[in-house]
Amino acid sequence: MSGQGRPPITYREALREALIDEMAGADDVIVIGEDVGLYGGAYGVTKGLQERFGSQRVLDTPISEACIVGTAVGAAMTGLRPIAEIMYVDFAGLVMDQLANQAAKIRYMFGGQIGVPLVLRTQGGAGRSAAAQHSQSLESWFVHVPGLRVVMPATVNDAYHLLRQSLARPDPVVFVEHKGLYRTKGILDKQQPDGGWGQPVCRRQGGDVAIISYSKMLNLALEAAKVLSGRGIEAAVWDLRCLNPMDLSEIVDSVCCSGRAAVVTESCTTGGFAAEVASQITERCFDHLEEPVIRIGGEDVPMPAAPELESAAIPSVGLIADSVAWLVKREEPGWATQTP
Amino acid sequence: MTNACRLIELHHTMRRIRTFEERVGEMFVRQCTAGSMLHLSVGEEGVAGICAEMAEDDSFTAHHRGHGIFLARGGEPHRMFAEIGGKQAGYCAGKGGSMHIADIDLGHLGANAIVGGGIPHAVGAALTYRTKKLDRVSVAFFGDGAMQQGILHESMNLAALWSLPVLFVCINNRYGMGTRIDRASASTNFVALAEAIGLRGREVDGSDVEAVAECAKAMMNDARSGTPGLLTMNCYRFYGHARMDKSPYRDEEEEFRGRQQDPIARARERLVEKGLATVEVLDLADDGIAKEMDAALEWAISQPPASPAAIFSDVYGEGEPAPVPVRARLSQILGESRS
Repeated sequence: MSGQGRPPITYREALREALIDEMAGADDVIVIGEDVGLYGGAYGVTKGLQERFGSQRVLDTPISEACIVGTAVGAAMTGLRPIAEIMYVDFAGLVMDQLANQAAKIRYMFGGQIGVPLVLRTQGGAGRSAAAQHSQSLESWFVHVPGLRVVMPATVNDAYHLLRQSLARPDPVVFVEHKGLYRTKGILDKQQPDGGWGQPVCRRQGGDVAIISYSKMLNLALEAAKVLSGRGIEAAVWDLRCLNPMDLSEIVDSVCCSGRAAVVTESCTTGGFAAEVASQITERCFDHLEEPVIRIGGEDVPMPAAPELESAAIPSVGLIADSVAWLVKREEPGWATQTP
Repeated sequence: MTNACRLIELHHTMRRIRTFEERVGEMFVRQCTAGSMLHLSVGEEGVAGICAEMAEDDSFTAHHRGHGIFLARGGEPHRMFAEIGGKQAGYCAGKGGSMHIADIDLGHLGANAIVGGGIPHAVGAALTYRTKKLDRVSVAFFGDGAMQQGILHESMNLAALWSLPVLFVCINNRYGMGTRIDRASASTNFVALAEAIGLRGREVDGSDVEAVAECAKAMMNDARSGTPGLLTMNCYRFYGHARMDKSPYRDEEEEFRGRQQDPIARARERLVEKGLATVEVLDLADDGIAKEMDAALEWAISQPPASPAAIFSDVYGEGEPAPVPVRARLSQILGESRS
């Protein structure tokens, strides 16, 4: 592995490396968003970029989210490669027209005359007591819109490579980082992506059950797999990485062998992306399933501020491990409730 | 070009717009359109004066009532009719229809059916022109209905803040669907609004196409040198919002007075008064336009409809993973070869 021997870097640094490599490689790549320049980005991803590439390529905007995305759409249509930043995914409510009605549909509405090669970087997720308007996981909003690609990297290497791969696409990509991952460390190998565009990666082998996740929940799923191993259950852990496009073939093969699958998301469960994954797996593995495909998702509540409440609103390592043990070995957890 | 030739040309463009829109109405009655979401720009033809002041490389975005703007910028009637009719031969292969017509080669970055939706794209195009040091102006056309949309105000602020080569054009036909402008805007002083934001602000009588052109010329020049502006062209929407709307919310007297503000009649009178053209010559030219539009319409109607096989193309770029068709999905789940 060419990555061996390198010091680990953070997820944040890997994203910045990708931005620098893209901007250094092509004059038409610009970064546009709130406080991306002088301030260096709310989470520090774009720190130093304005000094290096100038204020004409790293553009600080007013707090006008719809206009940031709309301007990036127009710029992308006329020959720039904009990377627009929306500081929190929760602000999607302000930009959905420009994203869903404009960016996503322009190629189609105009009969293929033009595309919108735009990358929208944003971040979401809980973990900082940032409460109901700064902690959501809204990926299911985006995957429901044909024309948008949706990417959610979990690892340092994916942060770098998937961002660069997103910039190479001819279509708008919503690139959702997780605020709880910026300080996580890993090895970046610029020569070796973890996987192809739209391809899930198996982060842990195991023959008893497949746990499927993405973004920060991947790390919890891996922790849970260790716990499960101690309880005699070997779980395969899959990282979806891209939610659109998404090729589930390998995961389907895996589930057809084990007969059991659990989908883990931080986003609230009802109408969430886990439902789509579970449904596709159920459809394609039906004859091989031993148990229902389960969703282990966030509670269907707005995200509360108090740390005790916040952590109760999203899956924990314990919840994942208990649920999967129940699924595989019928080990009923202490929190099991009586069927009403 | 002399002023005389200019007016003859502008009159010709306006007449083509009016006749085109009349044929769209006819096309609807003949049940040859894709749906009834057809928004005619009759009464708004003075916009030809703005389009005439744009340079060849300048680009623009338009709104749902944008047929006239597109025609004035060089849109071909037969392909426009074909798009409105949902034909493969249309500008957008039948996928856009009347409200999403576009011609990127011509600098038409798209008509938009979300009120105000295309405005920031014009700002983004201007950002490209400035970044790439291209001598181009980006024009955003929209109706007075967009004057109360947040995205317009965000876009005007950004254009002014960054001194981008943008001209915002409000075609004030006095109605946002059925709501008259004074029932929607607390202040209709759009010049003051523009100036408060830091834009150049002007308004002009849309029934005087020469005044429109003169005003647009100055504002295009300002925009080109980095002073963006908001130009409000006052006019009257002669017909209802869309084809099914009989305008029950306004009285006949108002409509009668509104239709007196006719930019074509006014240009015609001026041409005759000044001895620049005779009634006979103008009638002859109008007949020529009628024949041109009739032929274009018949051609479009004769074209084959868009093929259902095309529905999966153009969702994503070429070579990118395409959507999985419902039948393919079901075959994978229920078919013989299921895993």
